[in-house]
Amino acid sequence: MIGKPGAAHPPYVHGRSLMHVLVKGAGVAGLTLAHELAARGVRVTVADIRPDSSGSASWLAGGMLAPWCERESAEEPVLTLGRMAADWWDNALPGEVVRNGTLVVAPPRDAAELARFAARTGGHELIDGPGVEALELDLAGRFQRGLFFPGEAHLDPRRALTGLREKLEAMGVAFRFASETTLSADLEADCTGMADGDAELRGVRGEMLILHAPDVALSRPVRLLHPRIPVYVVPRADHRFMVGATMIESEDTGPVSVRSMMELLNAAYSLHPAFAEAKIVETGVGVRPAYADNLPRVTRTGRGVRVNGLYRHGFLLSPAMAREAAEMLLGEKLRCA
Amino acid sequence: MLRVYGETLSSRLFLGTAQYPSPSVMAEAVRASGIDLVTVSLRRETAGGRAGGRFWELINGLGVRVLPNTAGCHSVKEAVTTAQMARELFGTDWIKLEVIGHHDTLQPDVFGLVEAARILSADGFKVFPYTTEDLVVGDRLLDAGCQVLMPWCAPIGSARGPASPDALSAYRAHFADIPLVVDAGLGRPSHAAAVMEMGFDAVLLNTAVAKAGNPVAMAAAFAGAVEAGRAAFQAQPLAPRDMAVPSTPVIGKAVFE
Repeated sequence: MIGKPGAAHPPYVHGRSLMHVLVKGAGVAGLTLAHELAARGVRVTVADIRPDSSGSASWLAGGMLAPWCERESAEEPVLTLGRMAADWWDNALPGEVVRNGTLVVAPPRDAAELARFAARTGGHELIDGPGVEALELDLAGRFQRGLFFPGEAHLDPRRALTGLREKLEAMGVAFRFASETTLSADLEADCTGMADGDAELRGVRGEMLILHAPDVALSRPVRLLHPRIPVYVVPRADHRFMVGATMIESEDTGPVSVRSMMELLNAAYSLHPAFAEAKIVETGVGVRPAYADNLPRVTRTGRGVRVNGLYRHGFLLSPAMAREAAEMLLGEKLRCA
Repeated sequence: MLRVYGETLSSRLFLGTAQYPSPSVMAEAVRASGIDLVTVSLRRETAGGRAGGRFWELINGLGVRVLPNTAGCHSVKEAVTTAQMARELFGTDWIKLEVIGHHDTLQPDVFGLVEAARILSADGFKVFPYTTEDLVVGDRLLDAGCQVLMPWCAPIGSARGPASPDALSAYRAHFADIPLVVDAGLGRPSHAAAVMEMGFDAVLLNTAVAKAGNPVAMAAAFAGAVEAGRAAFQAQPLAPRDMAVPSTPVIGKAVFE
Protein backbone atom coordinates (compact mmCIF):
# COMPACT_ATOMS: atom_id res chain seq x y z
CA MET A 1 0.00 0.00 0.00
CA ILE A 2 3.03 2.25 0.30
CA GLY A 3 3.31 5.08 -2.15
CA LYS A 4 -0.16 4.54 -3.51
CA PRO A 5 -0.55 6.46 -6.78
CA GLY A 6 -2.44 9.67 -6.32
CA ALA A 7 -1.81 9.88 -2.56
CA ALA A 8 -1.87 13.54 -1.61
CA HIS A 9 1.24 13.45 0.52
CA PRO A 10 4.48 11.47 0.62
CA PRO A 11 4.51 8.90 3.40
CA TYR A 12 8.20 9.32 4.11
CA VAL A 13 9.71 11.52 6.75
CA HIS A 14 13.19 12.89 6.28
CA GLY A 15 13.26 10.91 3.08
CA ARG A 16 13.73 7.57 4.85
CA SER A 17 11.60 6.49 7.85
CA LEU A 18 7.97 5.68 7.36
CA MET A 19 5.64 7.97 9.27
CA HIS A 20 3.96 6.10 12.12
CA VAL A 21 0.63 7.21 13.64
CA LEU A 22 -0.88 5.71 16.76
CA VAL A 23 -4.69 5.84 16.59
CA LYS A 24 -6.25 5.52 20.03
CA GLY A 25 -9.76 4.10 19.95
CA ALA A 26 -11.21 1.43 17.66
CA GLY A 27 -14.65 2.97 17.32
CA VAL A 28 -15.90 4.38 14.05
CA ALA A 29 -13.81 7.57 14.40
CA GLY A 30 -10.58 5.64 14.95
CA LEU A 31 -11.12 3.03 12.25
CA THR A 32 -12.15 5.51 9.55
CA LEU A 33 -9.10 7.63 10.36
CA ALA A 34 -6.86 4.55 10.32
CA HIS A 35 -8.25 3.76 6.87
CA GLU A 36 -7.63 7.26 5.56
CA LEU A 37 -4.06 7.17 6.86
CA ALA A 38 -3.27 3.65 5.68
CA ALA A 39 -4.65 4.46 2.23
CA ARG A 40 -2.16 7.33 2.12
CA GLY A 41 0.65 4.93 2.87
CA VAL A 42 1.12 5.85 6.52
CA ARG A 43 2.15 3.18 9.04
CA VAL A 44 -0.72 2.92 11.52
CA THR A 45 -1.22 1.21 14.87
CA VAL A 46 -4.70 1.17 16.40
CA ALA A 47 -4.95 0.78 20.18
CA ASP A 48 -8.09 0.08 22.18
CA ILE A 49 -8.90 -1.23 25.63
CA ARG A 50 -10.92 -4.02 24.04
CA PRO A 51 -9.91 -6.60 21.46
CA ASP A 52 -12.74 -5.47 19.17
CA SER A 53 -14.96 -2.41 18.70
CA SER A 54 -17.77 -3.60 20.98
CA GLY A 55 -16.98 -1.07 23.68
CA SER A 56 -17.55 1.91 21.43
CA ALA A 57 -20.71 3.97 21.09
CA SER A 58 -20.70 3.15 17.38
CA TRP A 59 -21.26 -0.55 18.14
CA LEU A 60 -24.79 0.47 19.18
CA ALA A 61 -25.41 2.86 16.29
CA GLY A 62 -28.31 2.73 13.87
CA GLY A 63 -26.00 2.88 10.88
CA MET A 64 -28.21 5.25 8.94
CA LEU A 65 -26.45 7.36 6.34
CA ALA A 66 -29.26 9.89 6.38
CA PRO A 67 -27.94 13.45 6.11
CA TRP A 68 -31.22 14.90 4.85
CA CYS A 69 -33.34 13.39 7.62
CA GLU A 70 -30.80 14.32 10.28
CA ARG A 71 -30.92 17.92 9.09
CA GLU A 72 -34.38 18.11 10.69
CA SER A 73 -32.82 18.51 14.11
CA ALA A 74 -29.21 19.28 13.27
CA GLU A 75 -27.32 22.13 11.71
CA GLU A 76 -26.27 22.48 8.08
CA PRO A 77 -22.78 20.90 8.38
CA VAL A 78 -24.42 17.54 9.13
CA LEU A 79 -25.89 17.63 5.64
CA THR A 80 -22.89 19.09 3.83
CA LEU A 81 -20.34 16.80 5.54
CA GLY A 82 -22.62 13.77 5.61
CA ARG A 83 -23.46 13.63 1.92
CA MET A 84 -20.20 11.87 1.06
CA ALA A 85 -20.62 9.18 3.71
CA ALA A 86 -22.44 6.57 1.63
CA ASP A 87 -19.81 6.76 -1.13
CA TRP A 88 -16.98 6.59 1.39
CA TRP A 89 -18.34 3.44 3.00
CA ASP A 90 -19.11 1.92 -0.37
CA ASN A 91 -15.53 2.48 -1.49
CA ALA A 92 -14.03 1.26 1.78
CA LEU A 93 -16.28 -1.78 2.13
CA PRO A 94 -17.91 -2.66 -1.20
CA GLY A 95 -21.28 -4.34 -0.75
CA GLU A 96 -21.97 -3.13 2.78
CA VAL A 97 -23.98 -0.01 1.92
CA VAL A 98 -27.66 -0.45 1.10
CA ARG A 99 -28.91 2.45 -0.97
CA ASN A 100 -32.65 2.10 -0.55
CA GLY A 101 -33.34 5.51 0.90
CA THR A 102 -35.28 6.31 4.05
CA LEU A 103 -39.03 6.21 4.61
CA VAL A 104 -40.59 8.64 7.09
CA VAL A 105 -44.15 8.05 8.27
CA ALA A 106 -46.44 9.39 11.00
CA PRO A 107 -49.60 8.03 12.61
CA PRO A 108 -52.68 9.77 11.11
CA ARG A 109 -53.23 12.13 14.03
CA ASP A 110 -49.59 13.24 13.96
CA ALA A 111 -49.83 14.31 10.31
CA ALA A 112 -48.70 17.80 11.36
CA GLU A 113 -45.36 16.26 12.33
CA LEU A 114 -44.89 14.98 8.79
CA ALA A 115 -45.51 18.46 7.39
CA ARG A 116 -43.07 19.92 9.88
CA PHE A 117 -40.43 17.30 9.03
CA ALA A 118 -40.91 17.99 5.32
CA ALA A 119 -40.54 21.72 5.83
CA ARG A 120 -37.30 21.28 7.78
CA THR A 121 -35.62 18.91 5.33
CA GLY A 122 -34.85 18.58 1.63
CA GLY A 123 -34.19 15.70 -0.72
CA HIS A 124 -37.55 14.03 -0.18
CA GLU A 125 -40.67 13.12 -2.12
CA LEU A 126 -44.14 13.20 -0.62
CA ILE A 127 -45.76 9.84 -1.22
CA ASP A 128 -49.28 8.48 -0.66
CA GLY A 129 -50.57 5.13 0.60
CA PRO A 130 -49.80 3.21 -2.63
CA GLY A 131 -46.40 4.91 -2.64
CA VAL A 132 -45.68 3.59 0.85
CA GLU A 133 -46.86 0.15 -0.24
CA ALA A 134 -44.63 0.24 -3.32
CA LEU A 135 -41.61 0.83 -1.09
CA GLU A 136 -42.49 -1.40 1.85
CA LEU A 137 -45.07 -4.06 1.11
CA ASP A 138 -45.43 -4.87 4.82
CA LEU A 139 -46.62 -1.34 5.55
CA ALA A 140 -49.44 -1.56 2.97
CA GLY A 141 -52.60 0.13 4.21
CA ARG A 142 -50.95 1.32 7.41
CA PHE A 143 -49.87 4.80 6.34
CA GLN A 144 -51.62 7.04 3.84
CA ARG A 145 -48.83 9.56 3.62
CA GLY A 146 -45.09 9.46 3.94
CA LEU A 147 -41.82 11.09 2.95
CA PHE A 148 -39.28 9.20 0.88
CA PHE A 149 -35.64 10.25 0.94
CA PRO A 150 -34.22 8.38 -2.09
CA GLY A 151 -30.64 9.65 -1.66
CA GLU A 152 -30.12 8.06 1.74
CA ALA A 153 -28.54 4.73 2.66
CA HIS A 154 -27.80 2.47 5.60
CA LEU A 155 -25.37 -0.18 6.73
CA ASP A 156 -24.97 -2.62 9.60
CA PRO A 157 -22.57 -0.90 12.03
CA ARG A 158 -21.17 -4.12 13.50
CA ARG A 159 -20.50 -5.67 10.11
CA ALA A 160 -18.95 -2.37 9.00
CA LEU A 161 -16.68 -2.05 12.05
CA THR A 162 -15.62 -5.68 11.88
CA GLY A 163 -15.14 -5.53 8.12
CA LEU A 164 -13.12 -2.35 8.33
CA ARG A 165 -10.89 -3.84 10.98
CA GLU A 166 -10.24 -6.94 8.87
CA LYS A 167 -9.47 -4.80 5.87
CA LEU A 168 -7.11 -2.61 7.89
CA GLU A 169 -5.27 -5.67 9.19
CA ALA A 170 -4.88 -6.83 5.59
CA MET A 171 -3.50 -3.40 4.77
CA GLY A 172 -0.83 -3.84 7.44
CA VAL A 173 -2.40 -1.87 10.26
CA ALA A 174 -1.47 -3.27 13.68
CA PHE A 175 -4.05 -3.60 16.46
CA ARG A 176 -2.99 -3.53 20.11
CA PHE A 177 -4.54 -3.55 23.56
CA ALA A 178 -4.27 -0.10 25.05
CA SER A 179 -2.56 -1.56 28.10
CA GLU A 180 0.27 -2.86 25.89
CA THR A 181 0.80 0.45 24.24
CA THR A 182 3.73 2.14 25.65
CA LEU A 183 4.25 2.22 21.91
CA SER A 184 5.95 5.23 20.55
CA ALA A 185 4.80 6.80 17.33
CA ASP A 186 5.57 9.96 15.43
CA LEU A 187 2.07 11.27 15.99
CA GLU A 188 -1.07 10.31 17.87
CA ALA A 189 -4.72 10.55 16.96
CA ASP A 190 -7.07 10.52 19.91
CA CYS A 191 -10.39 8.95 18.91
CA THR A 192 -11.51 7.64 22.28
CA GLY A 193 -14.91 9.34 22.54
CA MET A 194 -16.12 9.69 26.10
CA ALA A 195 -12.89 8.20 27.44
CA ASP A 196 -11.11 11.31 26.20
CA GLY A 197 -10.61 13.82 29.00
CA ASP A 198 -11.75 16.75 26.84
CA ALA A 199 -13.57 19.03 29.31
CA GLU A 200 -15.87 20.39 26.63
CA LEU A 201 -17.38 16.99 25.89
CA ARG A 202 -20.69 15.92 27.34
CA GLY A 203 -22.38 12.54 27.11
CA VAL A 204 -25.83 11.97 25.65
CA ARG A 205 -27.28 8.66 26.70
CA GLY A 206 -28.91 6.51 24.05
CA GLU A 207 -30.91 3.33 24.51
CA MET A 208 -31.66 0.85 21.74
CA LEU A 209 -33.17 -2.58 21.17
CA ILE A 210 -32.58 -5.31 18.67
CA LEU A 211 -35.71 -7.27 17.79
CA HIS A 212 -36.01 -10.48 15.86
CA ALA A 213 -39.29 -10.34 13.94
CA PRO A 214 -39.62 -13.19 11.43
CA ASP A 215 -43.01 -11.84 10.29
CA VAL A 216 -41.74 -8.41 9.31
CA ALA A 217 -39.65 -7.46 6.31
CA LEU A 218 -38.39 -3.95 5.65
CA SER A 219 -35.80 -2.94 3.11
CA ARG A 220 -34.86 0.49 4.41
CA PRO A 221 -34.81 2.45 7.67
CA VAL A 222 -38.27 3.70 8.65
CA ARG A 223 -38.66 6.71 10.89
CA LEU A 224 -41.87 7.03 12.84
CA LEU A 225 -42.60 10.64 13.77
CA HIS A 226 -44.17 11.53 17.05
CA PRO A 227 -44.12 14.92 18.80
CA ARG A 228 -42.24 13.57 21.78
CA ILE A 229 -40.67 10.24 20.92
CA PRO A 230 -39.55 9.98 17.29
CA VAL A 231 -38.14 6.52 16.72
CA TYR A 232 -36.47 4.69 13.86
CA VAL A 233 -36.44 1.06 12.89
CA VAL A 234 -33.43 -0.10 10.86
CA PRO A 235 -33.54 -3.51 9.19
CA ARG A 236 -30.56 -5.81 9.64
CA ALA A 237 -29.98 -9.21 8.14
CA ASP A 238 -32.22 -12.16 9.03
CA HIS A 239 -35.32 -10.20 10.10
CA ARG A 240 -33.47 -8.43 12.86
CA PHE A 241 -34.34 -4.81 13.49
CA MET A 242 -32.55 -2.16 15.43
CA VAL A 243 -35.03 0.15 17.21
CA GLY A 244 -33.62 3.38 18.54
CA ALA A 245 -32.79 5.54 20.09
CA THR A 246 -33.40 7.69 23.12
CA MET A 247 -31.58 10.99 23.64
CA ILE A 248 -31.06 11.76 27.30
CA GLU A 249 -28.71 14.39 28.71
CA SER A 250 -26.94 11.98 31.00
CA GLU A 251 -23.72 10.00 31.14
CA ASP A 252 -25.32 7.12 32.95
CA THR A 253 -24.47 3.78 31.35
CA GLY A 254 -26.89 1.74 33.45
CA PRO A 255 -29.45 -0.60 31.90
CA VAL A 256 -32.30 0.59 29.68
CA SER A 257 -35.19 2.13 31.65
CA VAL A 258 -38.73 0.78 31.60
CA ARG A 259 -40.01 4.06 30.19
CA SER A 260 -37.54 4.06 27.32
CA MET A 261 -38.19 0.40 26.60
CA MET A 262 -41.95 1.07 26.49
CA GLU A 263 -41.52 4.00 24.16
CA LEU A 264 -39.28 2.06 21.79
CA LEU A 265 -41.56 -0.98 21.80
CA ASN A 266 -44.68 1.14 21.36
CA ALA A 267 -43.14 2.78 18.34
CA ALA A 268 -42.19 -0.54 16.78
CA TYR A 269 -45.66 -1.89 17.48
CA SER A 270 -47.41 1.12 16.00
CA LEU A 271 -45.25 0.78 12.90
CA HIS A 272 -46.34 -2.82 12.50
CA PRO A 273 -48.41 -4.98 14.89
CA ALA A 274 -46.35 -8.04 13.95
CA PHE A 275 -43.58 -6.58 16.10
CA ALA A 276 -45.70 -7.74 19.05
CA GLU A 277 -44.55 -11.26 18.21
CA ALA A 278 -40.92 -10.27 17.90
CA LYS A 279 -38.25 -11.42 20.33
CA ILE A 280 -36.16 -8.81 22.12
CA VAL A 281 -32.73 -10.23 21.41
CA GLU A 282 -30.70 -7.36 22.79
CA THR A 283 -30.98 -4.11 24.68
CA GLY A 284 -28.14 -1.65 24.52
CA VAL A 285 -27.13 1.54 26.28
CA GLY A 286 -24.37 3.83 25.14
CA VAL A 287 -23.23 7.36 25.77
CA ARG A 288 -22.61 9.52 22.73
CA PRO A 289 -19.77 12.02 22.94
CA ALA A 290 -20.98 15.50 22.00
CA TYR A 291 -19.83 19.09 22.07
CA ALA A 292 -22.22 21.91 22.97
CA ASP A 293 -23.11 22.50 19.31
CA ASN A 294 -23.65 18.77 18.67
CA LEU A 295 -21.13 18.92 15.81
CA PRO A 296 -17.90 16.88 15.63
CA ARG A 297 -14.47 18.48 15.75
CA VAL A 298 -10.97 17.72 14.56
CA THR A 299 -8.55 19.60 16.77
CA ARG A 300 -4.77 19.76 17.06
CA THR A 301 -3.21 18.39 20.20
CA GLY A 302 0.38 18.47 21.41
CA ARG A 303 0.99 15.03 19.95
CA GLY A 304 -1.22 15.10 16.87
CA VAL A 305 -4.98 15.38 16.51
CA ARG A 306 -8.18 14.62 18.29
CA VAL A 307 -11.40 13.54 16.55
CA ASN A 308 -14.41 13.64 18.82
CA GLY A 309 -17.99 14.82 19.34
CA LEU A 310 -19.56 12.62 16.67
CA TYR A 311 -22.75 12.58 18.79
CA ARG A 312 -25.46 10.62 16.92
CA HIS A 313 -23.64 10.92 13.60
CA GLY A 314 -20.76 8.47 13.89
CA PHE A 315 -21.15 6.61 10.61
CA LEU A 316 -22.48 9.69 8.83
CA LEU A 317 -19.75 12.16 9.74
CA SER A 318 -16.66 10.07 10.58
CA PRO A 319 -15.57 9.82 6.91
CA ALA A 320 -15.42 13.61 6.57
CA MET A 321 -13.72 13.95 9.96
CA ALA A 322 -11.23 11.22 9.11
CA ARG A 323 -10.27 12.98 5.90
CA GLU A 324 -9.82 16.26 7.70
CA ALA A 325 -7.77 14.65 10.46
CA ALA A 326 -5.56 12.75 8.00
CA GLU A 327 -4.81 15.94 6.09
CA MET A 328 -4.03 17.70 9.34
CA LEU A 329 -1.66 14.95 10.50
CA LEU A 330 0.18 14.75 7.21
CA GLY A 331 0.43 18.51 6.99
CA GLU A 332 1.83 18.56 10.52
CA LYS A 333 4.52 16.06 9.71
CA LEU A 334 5.53 17.90 6.57
CA ARG A 335 5.90 21.10 8.54
CA CYS A 336 8.10 19.41 11.12
CA ALA A 337 10.23 17.65 8.53
CA MET B 1 -41.15 44.21 36.59
CA LEU B 2 -42.72 40.93 37.60
CA ARG B 3 -42.62 39.91 41.25
CA VAL B 4 -43.01 36.24 42.15
CA TYR B 5 -42.36 34.77 45.57
CA GLY B 6 -40.67 38.00 46.62
CA GLU B 7 -38.22 37.94 43.69
CA THR B 8 -38.16 40.33 40.77
CA LEU B 9 -37.92 39.15 37.17
CA SER B 10 -37.27 41.63 34.41
CA SER B 11 -38.45 39.47 31.49
CA ARG B 12 -41.97 38.11 31.26
CA LEU B 13 -40.91 35.33 28.93
CA PHE B 14 -39.76 32.02 30.44
CA LEU B 15 -38.19 29.38 28.20
CA GLY B 16 -37.84 25.61 28.50
CA THR B 17 -34.46 24.05 27.67
CA ALA B 18 -35.45 20.82 25.93
CA GLN B 19 -35.60 19.78 22.27
CA TYR B 20 -33.21 22.36 20.80
CA PRO B 21 -30.91 21.26 17.96
CA SER B 22 -28.03 21.62 20.45
CA PRO B 23 -27.21 23.17 23.81
CA SER B 24 -25.36 25.93 21.93
CA VAL B 25 -28.50 26.89 20.03
CA MET B 26 -30.45 26.83 23.29
CA ALA B 27 -27.92 29.14 24.95
CA GLU B 28 -28.05 31.51 21.99
CA ALA B 29 -31.85 31.57 22.10
CA VAL B 30 -31.72 32.46 25.79
CA ARG B 31 -29.31 35.29 25.08
CA ALA B 32 -31.22 36.57 22.05
CA SER B 33 -34.48 36.79 23.98
CA GLY B 34 -32.97 38.53 27.00
CA ILE B 35 -34.90 36.31 29.41
CA ASP B 36 -33.87 35.69 32.97
CA LEU B 37 -35.60 32.43 33.79
CA VAL B 38 -35.36 28.99 32.20
CA THR B 39 -37.03 25.77 33.20
CA VAL B 40 -35.15 22.49 33.16
CA SER B 41 -36.69 19.07 33.11
CA LEU B 42 -34.97 17.04 35.74
CA ARG B 43 -36.59 13.72 35.09
CA ARG B 44 -35.69 13.27 31.43
CA GLU B 45 -32.21 14.59 31.84
CA THR B 46 -31.26 12.03 34.44
CA ALA B 47 -31.22 8.30 34.29
CA GLY B 48 -30.43 6.00 37.14
CA GLY B 49 -29.66 8.95 39.36
CA ARG B 50 -26.48 10.07 37.63
CA ALA B 51 -27.08 13.51 36.24
CA GLY B 52 -25.81 14.95 33.00
CA GLY B 53 -23.11 16.97 34.75
CA ARG B 54 -21.92 18.78 31.68
CA PHE B 55 -25.47 19.69 30.66
CA TRP B 56 -26.12 21.16 34.13
CA GLU B 57 -22.96 23.20 33.80
CA LEU B 58 -24.21 24.55 30.48
CA ILE B 59 -27.56 25.48 32.07
CA ASN B 60 -25.90 27.10 35.08
CA GLY B 61 -23.52 28.88 32.74
CA LEU B 62 -26.42 30.71 31.11
CA GLY B 63 -26.39 33.12 34.04
CA VAL B 64 -30.18 33.08 34.42
CA ARG B 65 -32.44 31.83 37.17
CA VAL B 66 -33.29 28.14 36.90
CA LEU B 67 -36.80 26.87 37.55
CA PRO B 68 -36.49 23.10 37.66
CA ASN B 69 -39.59 21.19 36.63
CA THR B 70 -41.11 17.79 37.25
CA ALA B 71 -42.04 17.14 33.61
CA GLY B 72 -43.07 13.59 32.95
CA CYS B 73 -44.03 12.79 36.55
CA HIS B 74 -47.28 10.86 36.73
CA SER B 75 -47.74 10.54 40.46
CA VAL B 76 -47.56 12.71 43.56
CA LYS B 77 -44.71 10.65 44.94
CA GLU B 78 -42.66 10.90 41.75
CA ALA B 79 -43.21 14.66 41.55
CA VAL B 80 -42.26 15.22 45.18
CA THR B 81 -39.10 13.11 44.89
CA THR B 82 -38.10 14.87 41.69
CA ALA B 83 -38.64 18.28 43.32
CA GLN B 84 -36.43 17.28 46.22
CA MET B 85 -33.69 16.11 43.85
CA ALA B 86 -33.98 19.36 41.93
CA ARG B 87 -33.62 21.44 45.08
CA GLU B 88 -30.37 19.70 45.90
CA LEU B 89 -29.00 19.78 42.38
CA PHE B 90 -29.80 23.40 41.55
CA GLY B 91 -29.81 24.91 45.03
CA THR B 92 -33.23 26.51 44.54
CA ASP B 93 -36.56 25.99 46.27
CA TRP B 94 -38.44 27.09 43.15
CA ILE B 95 -40.16 24.22 41.38
CA LYS B 96 -42.44 24.08 38.38
CA LEU B 97 -44.82 21.35 39.41
CA GLU B 98 -46.22 19.05 36.76
CA VAL B 99 -48.25 15.99 37.66
CA ILE B 100 -49.35 14.44 34.41
CA GLY B 101 -52.69 12.65 34.40
CA HIS B 102 -52.78 11.37 30.89
CA HIS B 103 -49.78 9.98 29.07
CA ASP B 104 -50.98 10.93 25.62
CA THR B 105 -52.52 14.39 26.00
CA LEU B 106 -50.26 15.39 28.91
CA GLN B 107 -53.27 16.85 30.74
CA PRO B 108 -52.40 17.69 34.31
CA ASP B 109 -53.81 15.44 37.01
CA VAL B 110 -55.27 18.33 39.00
CA PHE B 111 -56.07 16.17 42.04
CA GLY B 112 -52.49 14.93 42.33
CA LEU B 113 -51.27 18.44 41.53
CA VAL B 114 -53.07 19.97 44.53
CA GLU B 115 -51.82 17.23 46.81
CA ALA B 116 -48.23 17.53 45.63
CA ALA B 117 -48.43 21.34 45.89
CA ARG B 118 -49.54 21.03 49.51
CA ILE B 119 -46.72 18.62 50.40
CA LEU B 120 -44.05 20.70 48.66
CA SER B 121 -45.26 24.05 50.00
CA ALA B 122 -45.23 22.65 53.52
CA ASP B 123 -41.64 21.52 52.85
CA GLY B 124 -40.61 25.07 51.99
CA PHE B 125 -40.83 24.88 48.19
CA LYS B 126 -42.07 27.80 46.13
CA VAL B 127 -44.39 25.99 43.78
CA PHE B 128 -45.26 27.05 40.22
CA PRO B 129 -48.10 24.67 39.34
CA TYR B 130 -48.88 23.73 35.74
CA THR B 131 -52.67 23.54 35.76
CA THR B 132 -55.77 23.86 33.59
CA GLU B 133 -57.91 27.01 33.45
CA ASP B 134 -60.30 25.53 36.04
CA LEU B 135 -61.05 28.20 38.65
CA VAL B 136 -61.79 25.81 41.49
CA VAL B 137 -58.51 23.98 41.02
CA GLY B 138 -56.79 27.38 41.03
CA ASP B 139 -58.41 28.21 44.37
CA ARG B 140 -57.31 24.87 45.81
CA LEU B 141 -53.74 25.46 44.64
CA LEU B 142 -53.68 28.81 46.42
CA ASP B 143 -55.05 27.09 49.54
CA ALA B 144 -52.23 24.59 49.20
CA GLY B 145 -49.70 27.39 49.45
CA CYS B 146 -49.00 28.39 45.83
CA GLN B 147 -48.52 32.11 45.20
CA VAL B 148 -48.48 31.83 41.42
CA LEU B 149 -50.65 29.88 38.98
CA MET B 150 -49.69 28.59 35.54
CA PRO B 151 -52.74 27.66 33.49
CA TRP B 152 -52.29 26.08 30.08
CA CYS B 153 -53.84 27.68 27.03
CA ALA B 154 -53.77 24.42 25.01
CA PRO B 155 -52.10 21.02 25.47
CA ILE B 156 -48.30 20.90 25.85
CA GLY B 157 -46.50 21.13 22.55
CA SER B 158 -49.71 21.53 20.55
CA ALA B 159 -48.86 25.05 19.28
CA ARG B 160 -52.57 25.79 19.09
CA GLY B 161 -52.58 29.06 21.00
CA PRO B 162 -55.41 30.17 23.33
CA ALA B 163 -58.03 27.46 22.83
CA SER B 164 -60.63 29.09 25.11
CA PRO B 165 -59.94 32.80 25.38
CA ASP B 166 -63.08 33.39 27.45
CA ALA B 167 -61.96 30.88 30.05
CA LEU B 168 -58.55 32.56 30.22
CA SER B 169 -60.20 36.00 30.62
CA ALA B 170 -62.35 34.63 33.42
CA TYR B 171 -59.24 33.15 35.03
CA ARG B 172 -57.48 36.50 34.90
CA ALA B 173 -60.51 38.26 36.38
CA HIS B 174 -60.99 35.69 39.14
CA PHE B 175 -57.34 35.74 40.25
CA ALA B 176 -56.90 39.48 39.87
CA ASP B 177 -54.03 39.78 42.37
CA ILE B 178 -52.18 36.52 41.72
CA PRO B 179 -49.26 36.33 39.29
CA LEU B 180 -50.50 34.24 36.36
CA VAL B 181 -48.22 32.61 33.81
CA VAL B 182 -49.64 31.00 30.69
CA ASP B 183 -47.78 27.72 30.41
CA ALA B 184 -48.04 25.37 27.45
CA GLY B 185 -49.84 25.43 24.13
CA LEU B 186 -48.39 28.62 22.65
CA GLY B 187 -47.31 28.22 19.05
CA ARG B 188 -46.65 31.70 17.73
CA PRO B 189 -45.62 35.09 19.03
CA SER B 190 -49.14 36.38 18.26
CA HIS B 191 -50.51 33.81 20.74
CA ALA B 192 -48.17 35.12 23.40
CA ALA B 193 -49.13 38.72 22.61
CA ALA B 194 -52.82 37.79 22.83
CA VAL B 195 -52.60 36.36 26.36
CA MET B 196 -50.36 39.20 27.51
CA GLU B 197 -52.96 41.68 26.22
CA MET B 198 -55.49 39.90 28.43
CA GLY B 199 -53.34 40.79 31.40
CA PHE B 200 -51.44 37.59 32.08
CA ASP B 201 -48.19 38.33 33.83
CA ALA B 202 -45.86 36.11 31.83
CA VAL B 203 -45.70 33.18 29.41
CA LEU B 204 -43.69 29.98 29.55
CA LEU B 205 -42.93 28.03 26.39
CA ASN B 206 -40.46 25.57 24.94
CA THR B 207 -41.45 23.65 21.81
CA ALA B 208 -42.55 26.74 19.86
CA VAL B 209 -39.00 28.07 20.06
CA ALA B 210 -36.93 24.88 20.25
CA LYS B 211 -38.58 23.26 17.22
CA ALA B 212 -38.81 26.40 15.09
CA GLY B 213 -36.73 26.47 11.91
CA ASN B 214 -34.57 29.13 13.55
CA PRO B 215 -34.92 28.86 17.34
CA VAL B 216 -32.76 31.89 18.06
CA ALA B 217 -34.78 34.23 15.82
CA MET B 218 -38.02 32.76 17.15
CA ALA B 219 -36.96 33.35 20.75
CA ALA B 220 -36.32 36.99 19.93
CA ALA B 221 -39.71 37.22 18.16
CA PHE B 222 -41.48 35.85 21.23
CA ALA B 223 -39.64 38.29 23.48
CA GLY B 224 -40.85 41.17 21.30
CA ALA B 225 -44.41 39.86 21.27
CA VAL B 226 -44.50 39.44 25.05
CA GLU B 227 -43.28 42.98 25.51
CA ALA B 228 -45.82 44.34 22.99
CA GLY B 229 -48.66 42.41 24.62
CA ARG B 230 -47.72 43.68 28.06
CA ALA B 231 -47.44 47.28 26.85
CA ALA B 232 -50.84 46.95 25.13
CA PHE B 233 -52.42 45.63 28.31
CA GLN B 234 -51.05 48.56 30.29
CA ALA B 235 -52.24 50.99 27.64
CA GLN B 236 -55.79 49.68 28.15
CA PRO B 237 -56.93 48.42 24.77
CA LEU B 238 -60.41 49.17 23.47
CA ALA B 239 -63.13 46.62 24.03
CA PRO B 240 -64.52 45.24 20.78
CA ARG B 241 -67.82 46.72 19.54
CA ASP B 242 -70.43 45.29 17.24
CA MET B 243 -70.75 48.29 14.92
CA ALA B 244 -68.54 50.71 13.10
CA VAL B 245 -67.41 53.81 14.95
CA PRO B 246 -65.98 56.47 12.63
CA SER B 247 -62.76 57.94 13.85
CA THR B 248 -63.81 61.35 12.48
CA PRO B 249 -67.19 62.73 13.64
CA VAL B 250 -69.82 62.77 10.88
CA ILE B 251 -72.18 65.31 12.37
CA GLY B 252 -70.99 68.90 12.32
CA LYS B 253 -68.68 68.40 9.34
CA ALA B 254 -68.03 71.61 7.50
CA VAL B 255 -69.90 71.83 4.22
CA PHE B 256 -68.22 73.39 1.24
CA GLU B 257 -70.37 74.33 -1.64
